[in-house]
Amino acid sequence: MGIKAKDLLTMEQLGREQIKLILHTAKEMKSIIKRDIKKVPTLRGKSVVTLFYEPSTRTRTSFELAGKYMSADVVNINTTASSVMKGESLKDTGLTLQAMGVDLVVVRHSMAGAPAMLGSYLEARVINAGDGFHQHPTQALLDMLTIQEHLGDFQGLKVAIIGDILHSRVARSNLNGLTTMGANVYLCGPATLIPPGLEEQGAKITYNLEEAITGADVIVMLRIQLERQKAGFFPSIREYSQLYGLNKERLALAKKDCLVIHPGPINRGVEISGEVADSLNSYINEQVTNGVAVRMALLYLMLT
Amino acid sequence: MRFLLKGGLVIDPQTGLEKEGDIRVAEGKIVEMGMNLAVGDEALIDLQGKIVAPGFIDLHVHLREPGGEAHETIRTGCQAAAAGGFTMIVAMPNTNPCADNEGVIELVKTRAEKTGLVHVLPIGTISKGRAGEEIAEIGSLYQAGAVAVSDDGSCVASGEVMRRALEYTKIFGIPVISHSEDVTLSADGLMHEGKWSTILGLRGIPAQAEEIMVARDIFLAELTGGKLHLAHLSTAGSVALLKFARQRGIMVTAEATPHHLLLTDEEVQSYATSTKVNPPLRSRADVQALQEAVKEGLISCLATDHAPWSEEEKEQEYSKAPSGIVGLETAIPMVWDTLVVKEKMSPLELIARFTTGPAKVLGLEKGCLAVGKEADITIIDPHLKKAVQTSEFYSMGKNTPVDGRVFQGWPVMTIVGGKIVMREGKVKGDIFKDA
Repeated sequence: MGIKAKDLLTMEQLGREQIKLILHTAKEMKSIIKRDIKKVPTLRGKSVVTLFYEPSTRTRTSFELAGKYMSADVVNINTTASSVMKGESLKDTGLTLQAMGVDLVVVRHSMAGAPAMLGSYLEARVINAGDGFHQHPTQALLDMLTIQEHLGDFQGLKVAIIGDILHSRVARSNLNGLTTMGANVYLCGPATLIPPGLEEQGAKITYNLEEAITGADVIVMLRIQLERQKAGFFPSIREYSQLYGLNKERLALAKKDCLVIHPGPINRGVEISGEVADSLNSYINEQVTNGVAVRMALLYLMLT
Repeated sequence: MRFLLKGGLVIDPQTGLEKEGDIRVAEGKIVEMGMNLAVGDEALIDLQGKIVAPGFIDLHVHLREPGGEAHETIRTGCQAAAAGGFTMIVAMPNTNPCADNEGVIELVKTRAEKTGLVHVLPIGTISKGRAGEEIAEIGSLYQAGAVAVSDDGSCVASGEVMRRALEYTKIFGIPVISHSEDVTLSADGLMHEGKWSTILGLRGIPAQAEEIMVARDIFLAELTGGKLHLAHLSTAGSVALLKFARQRGIMVTAEATPHHLLLTDEEVQSYATSTKVNPPLRSRADVQALQEAVKEGLISCLATDHAPWSEEEKEQEYSKAPSGIVGLETAIPMVWDTLVVKEKMSPLELIARFTTGPAKVLGLEKGCLAVGKEADITIIDPHLKKAVQTSEFYSMGKNTPVDGRVFQGWPVMTIVGGKIVMREGKVKGDIFKDA
């Protein structure tokens, strides 16, 4: 039972059975979220620290609520107002948390590999809440929970992930998790934003949006960051939107009940039209609920 | 100090000698070589089963002093060199202040002499302040003792400046050592661009960032007739370009490092910052091409690019940690094990890359064994098998991804100017103060 490795750093480290266990547990957790009194004593006496080196509202709040619903003591460290700002190294932050007797640390960092490094200094377990362009396992798990709830089995599903693959930890984690469970994953975006070697990891690559979404069961739209345009990866937001934006007409190419999901926050009218975001195909808000459930499941599996 | 080196396998690439024999050393020189030399009143050193080679030369060392004494000093760097079997090291000028003036060249020479362990030859910068804008006072640097010029650590981005450097150094006959990197392509890259950079989410440095500048520098060498030496080549494409240059008769030499000959980008998957180096660890195909080029002699030098960093610097996030791997104390076992033990190269070929190869780049009468020559000798135990232990390093830098790995083929004695400066891994001043 539980998560085998001390730290949850990547989706690659999780096999089929572990993923199934997490999703199954998350489904049970959902019933707690829907209760009138959202509190169970499961994690009483356990301490969880969220350590976010990048701004985040959704993920951090989601972890915090997940811990609180299960009675863990949750402390949020705001790195802009802490010793980190005084130049404390990640190593020393890790050693300090270790000395305080923390049970689990949730870390987000702009640099790939930072959670792994932090984990090496801690006896406490670590959950990677997103590191650079590397991995974001809890996002992949909540996406997978959303898919499973509506489509059942992953085997043979066509999942199209659209956008800035190069800079996306969400794409990498989803690719690993979904292929492990037997889905066919298409990665699609401008050629400048598709890094090498993805086929070896089981992805199908296309630069053509229509090809990616035709007959798709699930479309994962990624947020396009405006600074990527300034860095020269594509010529303009206008052209990006014309080539890779998801609108009603394009969505018609996918299966009728196709799920459209997005890790958020969305750029309405850029990668996704408002019409699609608000349509019946859109499960963007349900993802948020599932995010809390998946994080509750992980805290439960890693702290009990 | 007088002694007789007895019964070792003497290998001298200069003459092709590869034969068991004895060498008598007195007053700092080799005074006699031959079979079964009579034992006189000098010390007898039994070298049965060992290899006796000309003193190894490392063309590419960062001693960090002045300015970077938290990472290495001239003294600890020289100790590391002696421990690693090197009798001569060539010091890169990217110190702080950098060696773009005679003062720093003098300082490095003087302090190295005071240390009294191995020969240290300084390199001057190509450009003033290593800024890549105007060539440095190369004449003054040469007169002060610089044996080459290089802006290593940075690429001379301007083709015009590189051209002038290759022309101007012809006056003095010294090489320009190029750090070939198109920084507009390598940009914020952290590792080799490929499958692993994608998996790890670390920004990639394409092989072409090196190759494009290697191509430029080869054509500038053709244009100018200057002496070009390419530092730390790391890609199959660079090897192909070197072959092309050779065919066209362009004067260019090159070096490869032990880490690029052994390790691939797969090493980075642990995010261990000891794997962060520039140029980065490349793909298996690149390693293969480099090994072949070293065997063929197309790459005529092995050099460490010894780049020590304090633990504080390396114990950071991968993106923040500085680039560099230490090499002086691991170079011989790494390549001996990888290339000789695995029978990809003969001992003589490998020894040539550490002796005649680098000596020729600098135009030095070094790297050979002959009567009357200064006794710079490296002795290797080709059977000794042990693990790398960074905790035992003389270098202040412990930053190497091969800590704990077992290699076969270690230096067991270093002789500089007829003085034994290292024996069984212990450096002079450490165990035998009487020497």
